[in-house]
Amino acid sequence: MGLNQFLILSAFLFCTGIYGVLARKNAVLVLMSIELMLNAVNINLIAFSAFRTAVAGQVFALFVITIAAAEVGVGLAIVLLIYRNERTSDLDDVDQLKG
Amino acid sequence: MLSNAWIIPAIPAVSFFLVLFFGKRLPLRGAEIGITAVGASFVLSVVAVFQWIDRVDNATGHSEGLRALGRGIFSAATGHGDAAVQPVVSSITWWQNGLVKFAVGTRVDGLVVMMLFVVTLISLLVHVYSVAYMREEVRFTHYYAMLSLFTASMLLLVVADNTLVLLVGWEGVGLCSFALIGHFWEEKPNSDAALKAFLTTRTGDIGLMIGIIITFFAAGSFDIAKINAYALSGGANHALLLAGAVCLFIGIIGKSGQFPLHTWLPDAMAGPTPVSALIHAATMVVAGVYLGARMYPVFFKGFSIAAGGVNFMALIGGITIVIGALLAFVQRDIKKVLAYSTISQIGYMIMALGVGAWSAAVFHLFTHAFFKALLFLGAGSVSFSGSHHSFDMKSDMGGLRKPMPITFWTFIIGSLALAGIFPFAGFWSKDEILVTAGKDGYTAFLVVGLVGAFLTAAYMTRCIYLTFFGEYRGHGHPHESEPLITVPLIILAFFSVVAGFINAAPLGLEKFKDWIEPTVQFPHLLHPAFDTPKAIISVAVATLGIGVAAYFWFRREATGPLHGLTERNSLARAGYVFLEKKYYLDVLYENIIVAGIKGSIARGTYWFDQHVIDKVVNSLGGGAKRAGRFVYDTVDQKVVDAAVNDIAEVTGETGGLLRYVQSGRVQRYALLLFAAVGLLALAILVFNI
Amino acid sequence: MTPIVGAAVAQNVAFYILAVAMAIAAIGVVRSQNIVHSALFLVIVLAGAAALYILLAAEFVAWVQVLIYIGAIVILFLFGIMLTRAPMRSTGDLDNSQRWAAVAVSLFMFGVITALLVDAYGGKQIKLKNSLVVLGNSGTVASSIFRNYLVPFEVVSMLLLAALVGAVVIARRD
Repeated sequence: MGLNQFLILSAFLFCTGIYGVLARKNAVLVLMSIELMLNAVNINLIAFSAFRTAVAGQVFALFVITIAAAEVGVGLAIVLLIYRNERTSDLDDVDQLKG
Repeated sequence: MLSNAWIIPAIPAVSFFLVLFFGKRLPLRGAEIGITAVGASFVLSVVAVFQWIDRVDNATGHSEGLRALGRGIFSAATGHGDAAVQPVVSSITWWQNGLVKFAVGTRVDGLVVMMLFVVTLISLLVHVYSVAYMREEVRFTHYYAMLSLFTASMLLLVVADNTLVLLVGWEGVGLCSFALIGHFWEEKPNSDAALKAFLTTRTGDIGLMIGIIITFFAAGSFDIAKINAYALSGGANHALLLAGAVCLFIGIIGKSGQFPLHTWLPDAMAGPTPVSALIHAATMVVAGVYLGARMYPVFFKGFSIAAGGVNFMALIGGITIVIGALLAFVQRDIKKVLAYSTISQIGYMIMALGVGAWSAAVFHLFTHAFFKALLFLGAGSVSFSGSHHSFDMKSDMGGLRKPMPITFWTFIIGSLALAGIFPFAGFWSKDEILVTAGKDGYTAFLVVGLVGAFLTAAYMTRCIYLTFFGEYRGHGHPHESEPLITVPLIILAFFSVVAGFINAAPLGLEKFKDWIEPTVQFPHLLHPAFDTPKAIISVAVATLGIGVAAYFWFRREATGPLHGLTERNSLARAGYVFLEKKYYLDVLYENIIVAGIKGSIARGTYWFDQHVIDKVVNSLGGGAKRAGRFVYDTVDQKVVDAAVNDIAEVTGETGGLLRYVQSGRVQRYALLLFAAVGLLALAILVFNI
Repeated sequence: MTPIVGAAVAQNVAFYILAVAMAIAAIGVVRSQNIVHSALFLVIVLAGAAALYILLAAEFVAWVQVLIYIGAIVILFLFGIMLTRAPMRSTGDLDNSQRWAAVAVSLFMFGVITALLVDAYGGKQIKLKNSLVVLGNSGTVASSIFRNYLVPFEVVSMLLLAALVGAVVIARRD
């Protein structure tokens, strides 16, 4: 298998995740898109781990998964808080930092 | 003492401060300090005289000393060689500016010790006299302080070794003269007189200062010895010497009361009589003559005195002799008679210097000091005890010879000395002047001198008649003055008799020539021998003067037709008025020159100040104001403020525009972030690979 | 060599099936108008990723992926959807106004990254060998973690604890 297959797939998933982050209104959907991006990175890491016969890539991927989990937990807590205060989970409405 | 001669002026200077600070608390109100100080200076001056005589005798190998005076006045002295006797100079450099050295020092030679003797003696007698005379007057202590300061300044002038120190002394005596003439300043005429004296001498001082500057540039130094040496050297610039001599002579005219700056001296009689005796008879007014004698080579070469004929110095002296004497005839005030007499006698001294009779001039200065001071103090005695403090002869005096015998006889002695009657002092000195005038090609001045002698005898006779003879016209109770007044009179009378014998040429006692006349830096002068015919003529002329005046006044009945002539005859009247108005010189000076300057020039300068200078200043101010307003309006408001405001506005606008980036929407930020990263990656991709 | 060639072909086929499925599911995540559908599409993507890991002989990571990602994180997402009262039906209101700019940026990024990858790793092959299988063994991974990467492991533990506490603090009702 070619290395580039995995890498280009990873790139595709990553860019789709970018689209999701930029284009989705709901905060939870944005978080989902971020998960997409993180998965793309994981695929990249495992592909390289296989390519170079190094276990470091897999270890790194494990850590990424862990951190993704933590991040989703905290992120959803924040979204909940925003929803509780603003009565909306629409990111367009959270513009209090408007200049 | 000769090399420490600076002590002699220093003692009265210290006394000035002491009298000023402590005088009021002392029992004699400061007179003790003054008398002690001047007494000390007198003693030191006498010491200096003896030391100088010693020095001369040692240098010339001739050791007669004063024994010549006592050793029989008719034994002729042997001839002495003209050995050079250097004056004693001691000076310190005050400061140096490049090549110019400003020194302060003293120079003592025969002329100086003679002056020291005269000044300190007469100052001492005046100090003693004033204890009685000024006893009830105001400001007694200040009077004594100024007397001390005057003595100090005069002594400083005398011992000065360069023209700058001399100038300091010169101005100092002028200042003290002003202060003392104006002693009774409560009456305006007195302070006016003081101001007139000061300003008139000041006018002369302009010439003096210019003369000092000219001699400095000519000779390259302020030192009198160097200036004299320069004048005598062959390479001197004659035009410069003439200019310097003229300017210095203007100073002499002012200070010594010569024509045309003599008008202050009669008015200066407003001061106390002892002051007139000291300052305006014996010492200050002869400062000019002293200067002429001190710097004689400058005048000798500048005016070409050796050449004969008429020169500026002799001319002024001659004119002054006559006009002073003529004015003495029309005075009511006894002091004014003596003042004009002083003017006239100083004219003799100046004329003598002008005809080359240096010794004669200095000798006349010496003798004149004694008898003129005597006459003034005598007049003071008359007014103090005889005429109830008045000096008006015609209305307050008369017949005082009986109640005031000592005053009368001393006054007679002084007048005979003044008139030049043998054997009194004035005869010897005046005669020497006339002899030299006759010999050196200055014959016209001999005539002038004789006329002056005639007039002098005449007006003094008039004065004596009006004061001491006839009926007493005054309001007081005449009596003789107290000893403090009469003793100085007697002392001065003694000197008026014997002083002449110091330089009695026919008796072989030419001590002035030996001791006083300098032998270094001095032109070679002729010393005409004593001319008996001329002496007899001068005595005859003087006696004639006395006789005519006596006849006119004493024998009024006999000269009947002549009495009241000036009231009847308009021509005579005009002459009288001309004399009374002092040749209209005062009118010229005060009403024409001074008032003209005061009036027109003052008005002109005031107009200039108001319309030109003030205009300039105001327009400058207005211009500054307008400039300020312009700067404020256009530059500050429109340019600077506009720039500042526009910068702020631009910043605001830009901020306002950039504000839209901060939409507050996170996704917008993320979009920009990713776009930027993409571009960056593209750039790296393109440019690095 | 045939088993390897055959294996290679089988692997490629497997890969491409998975890749296509994941790609479509990914697009579904970001384009679905139903939020729950997006979550379910995400599950497909995550599962596909796990399968890819197995393909690459990283079995431990694959199982962790399934356990954590699909088993916990997606459930978390569903909870989030429910708690924020997200519309659980199909609405047309899930995309915001900048989606065309987002498309442009994503495509641009994709282009750049692909160009870079092609340029850098074009032609490189992953050679599947037995050692690879050993590598993906949980024992190997564990020993690597607890020997070489112990400190990052402990730090991540702390991070999880912090996240836990943080989430509780942020989201509690007070």
